Amino acid sequence: MDTWRPPVQGICLPRSASGPARTGLSPSLTAQARGGGDQRAAAPAQAPPPRARDVTVPRHARVDVPVAFRKEAQRLTMANAAEQWVLVEMVQALYEEKEELIEEWQPEPLVPPVSKDHPALNYNIVSGPPSHNIVVNGKECINFASFNFLGLLDNPRVKAAALASLKKYGVGTCGPRGFYGTFDVHLDLEDRLAKFMKTEEAIIYSYGFATIASAIPAYSKRGDIVFVDRAACFAIQKGLQASRSDIKIFKHNDMADLERLLKEQEIEDQKNPRKARVTRRFIVVEGIYMNTGTICPLPELVKLKYKYKARIFLEESLSFGVLGEHGRGVTEHYGINIDDIDLISANMENALASVGGFCCGRSFVIDHQRLSGQGYCFSASLPPLLAAAAIEALNIMEENPGIFAVLKEKCRKIHKALQGISGLRVMGESFSPAFHLHLEESTGSREKDVKLLQEIVNQCMNRSIALTQARYLDKEEKCLPPPSIRVVVTVEQTEDELERAAATIKEVAQAVLL
Amino acid sequence: MRPGPGGCCCRRPVRANGCVANGEVRNGYVRSSAAVAAAAAAAGQIHHVTQNGGLYKRPFNEAFEETPMLVAVLTYVGYGVLTLFGYLRDFLRHWRIEKCHHATEREEQKDFVSLYQDFENFYTRNLYMRIRDNWNRPICSVPGAKVDIMERQSHDYNWSFKYTGNIIKGVINMGSYNYLGFARNTGSCQEAAAKVLEEYGVGVCSTRQEIGNLDKHEELEKLVARFLGVEAAMTYGMGFATNSMNIPALVGKGCLILSDELNHASLVLGARLSGATIRIFKHNNMQSLEKLLKDAIVYGQPRTRRPWKKILILVEGIYSMEGSIVRLPEVIALKKKYKAYLYLDEAHSIGALGPTGRGVVEYFGLDPEDVDVMMGTFTKSFGASGGYIGGKKELIDYLRTHSHSAVYATSLSPPVVEQIITSMKCIMGQDGTSLGKECVQQLAENTRYFRRRLKEMGFIIYGNEDSPVVPLMLYMPAKIGAFGREMLKRNIGVVVVGFPATPIIESRARFCLSAAHTKEILDTVSRKFHFPKRMLCSKSACLSDEINHLLVIMVSTHLFAGEISHLLILMVFKHLRYLLVIQSRSSQCY
Repeated sequence: MDTWRPPVQGICLPRSASGPARTGLSPSLTAQARGGGDQRAAAPAQAPPPRARDVTVPRHARVDVPVAFRKEAQRLTMANAAEQWVLVEMVQALYEEKEELIEEWQPEPLVPPVSKDHPALNYNIVSGPPSHNIVVNGKECINFASFNFLGLLDNPRVKAAALASLKKYGVGTCGPRGFYGTFDVHLDLEDRLAKFMKTEEAIIYSYGFATIASAIPAYSKRGDIVFVDRAACFAIQKGLQASRSDIKIFKHNDMADLERLLKEQEIEDQKNPRKARVTRRFIVVEGIYMNTGTICPLPELVKLKYKYKARIFLEESLSFGVLGEHGRGVTEHYGINIDDIDLISANMENALASVGGFCCGRSFVIDHQRLSGQGYCFSASLPPLLAAAAIEALNIMEENPGIFAVLKEKCRKIHKALQGISGLRVMGESFSPAFHLHLEESTGSREKDVKLLQEIVNQCMNRSIALTQARYLDKEEKCLPPPSIRVVVTVEQTEDELERAAATIKEVAQAVLL
Repeated sequence: MRPGPGGCCCRRPVRANGCVANGEVRNGYVRSSAAVAAAAAAAGQIHHVTQNGGLYKRPFNEAFEETPMLVAVLTYVGYGVLTLFGYLRDFLRHWRIEKCHHATEREEQKDFVSLYQDFENFYTRNLYMRIRDNWNRPICSVPGAKVDIMERQSHDYNWSFKYTGNIIKGVINMGSYNYLGFARNTGSCQEAAAKVLEEYGVGVCSTRQEIGNLDKHEELEKLVARFLGVEAAMTYGMGFATNSMNIPALVGKGCLILSDELNHASLVLGARLSGATIRIFKHNNMQSLEKLLKDAIVYGQPRTRRPWKKILILVEGIYSMEGSIVRLPEVIALKKKYKAYLYLDEAHSIGALGPTGRGVVEYFGLDPEDVDVMMGTFTKSFGASGGYIGGKKELIDYLRTHSHSAVYATSLSPPVVEQIITSMKCIMGQDGTSLGKECVQQLAENTRYFRRRLKEMGFIIYGNEDSPVVPLMLYMPAKIGAFGREMLKRNIGVVVVGFPATPIIESRARFCLSAAHTKEILDTVSRKFHFPKRMLCSKSACLSDEINHLLVIMVSTHLFAGEISHLLILMVFKHLRYLLVIQSRSSQCY
């Protein structure tokens, strides 16, 4: 390929009679453009200008010039000088036109300008640890915004374990899992997670977002079909996009709608059984939805799974370490055999208060990711100190199973206390530690809604309750959720604080909205 | 695929046997005029001649020898044998004559559409599985110059591993990306990280835009911007995700991405997720890039013929599998001429190149302003994790508001941030010592020394002479496993890679040099595969303990005809032998 040159330059050969080729490039680039300055291309340019009549293509250039071009060149040599010049002029005109086009083209700026008062431009600055008591923009607040459900972020035991690991392994791993980036801590953590979840195998990723986003495309390929809830979080959306599968979106938690889609697909399959035999079907749902705070109806999903032979992928970032008697998540909450779920994924950035994510399930399923999970294979592995922290967090969870009941109770309390605020509607399950406050009535413009909610957040912050709006990329989300304030409950919040928070939100909302 | 040999007319250094078939330099840019060829031959090197008007301030020596014909044939034969055996084994497994080790589908779900295509797994099952012990070796120490590796055994042909409990101590680590030697569990970085860990804990539990933006992050970003010499910077929790979650924020439908064919998976994923049109240019081939640029502007978008909104060129600083350095001066010249934007991934080059470790931009003596998006990771040279993007203030402001990472993903862990801050300050000399500068120099010295040693010994190595990533070509599938195992037996940990990470006939071993390596370590490594000339002459094919004699990897070019023919005979035998070995044995391996 690289000996092929656009005919323009090729036919420039005779043109060299009238001085240096008008390539428009700087001399340096010209050399580059021509076969990387290889001699074949360079030679004719250096040769004494041939007279129009005896133009011949240099012998060594003939060897690998495409046939069409060679014929053209031969024709040229046979034609008389006048004809030749007409041709050359034409080509030159064409060439100049190209140059003009290149000259004319003006690209858009790399990024559009961001207005100074963009709501997301200026971040809150947290000084010190983002734990129960948090200092946001210099104000000390009680944290109702970080997903530190079990309060493990500043747990001394977790810190001690991480510190021990830091002293042994240093910080980074300096390599992906395949190339000396697998530490014994990683193996331990995988083992512990598998045992904790009572599955055959677990696999860890070094980034929560990359977990489900890599897991989905490892299995679902072009031509496969994925049924996904409307409210699915952004990581799932990106995973689906990377998989290039056919995506069918069903209404949030609406099993009838899902069944309708599955049935439609079944009819489709009957029409083309050969294709259906190789078309994998997946249902992708979240345990507790990040965007709504609602729980998925897992028992029905499992029924549908067997009825329509579709595999279930369950993203449990908010429910792992929260729901169930032992914190195993939605499966335990509903008492469903975990083997009925093909793949469970969760991040370790919420309840475990570390960094990273994991997938668990049967070895038959999970092991595949070790060669096919992009975020697993091609990324540096999790720093050992973060893995060690996660192990210690798991230990704490296993030692205090009562913690989950406490969390549940606290969720229920604040949930109840927040009901009936005029102007704000609570969205999410009563046992969900992260739920949303929506505006009861939208002002009609998203921008204004966001401003109103931000005002509530700011005033709460002034009264030392740290809250945050749920942030979305408006243009990127498939189904953009309405603007909302996300309230996060942790076990560290005392009854008193919960009451105070609820009262504050109520007062502020009234002040702002009425 | 890399550029074929057609585009170059370079003269190889003169060799006694005059045999050209045994390795043509393939890169279209490595070239020399006759006069310079003579000089180059005298120096024993191929020099890049600056015919490009002095874009380069220093010689740019980069070579990719073509696979010798016989080696290529043997390699294909090797894969052929393996495939045949694979089918045979699959046949036996199907009829339950051979025991099936791999996990199977649940009984209840047997009537589901199968999760994997059988074909997909053929390679994994029959080729990868045989030599699987060379990857994922678990280590239990700092990934410094020497590591401790946990010994493992397999009694079922690598289908499962058992840990014996023994630890192989002090294995020389030629695999980790610890370029500047900051992977340490002592010293100022560790102390600083420990202090922050005590204060902050490990997690953040929120995203940057919500409530996970710590003062530490702000501090880091200011430092990174200063380090890179750009207006502003932003940092992310994972290097891979820095690419895959930010490229979609920069380009979209109606934009064009021009991507090097050997770009990392994260860049490819990011490009795909962006929805922009992607076109691939040949590896480091500026001719190919210019043609794509020109055509793109002249012809516009396919079908609609509308002009492209913008064009983004994606390149890496150092390519991690080839050891090549991007031709940045030329890329920048092209980018300026055609008004495209440049996204430079410095994952491997930041810290590792340039007199003060500022990466490939400094290496070529260029202005960071000419690179629109400076991306890099903290995993490698800084011994931490995460990634950054640096550039103009408008760019960073836009990313702060529109980066997927900033909105949806947890921010960097505070102790990791502290590690980056301390190591970066050390490189910048802000810690009051010249330690960082010495590290950068040491790495450059080690690189040149080790590369020179290997070249002198006659191995085929790829890449740029200044690149700390040194791929040593093995070619044959059987040698991948054998090389990795034999090196580990000699207490050296290397990375071996084969298909699909490389083209099928270009399996290789990869050495990553580090400032932590001492000259003694490098000597030990190279001595292990030194091929004693005496042995060759006496034609006694008795087994020496040296890797090269065992495996005959030395197929390169700077040898005499007699040596080559002898080597080739040896190679055929050894290759067949090792093919048989990996066919039959893998029970006792590490």
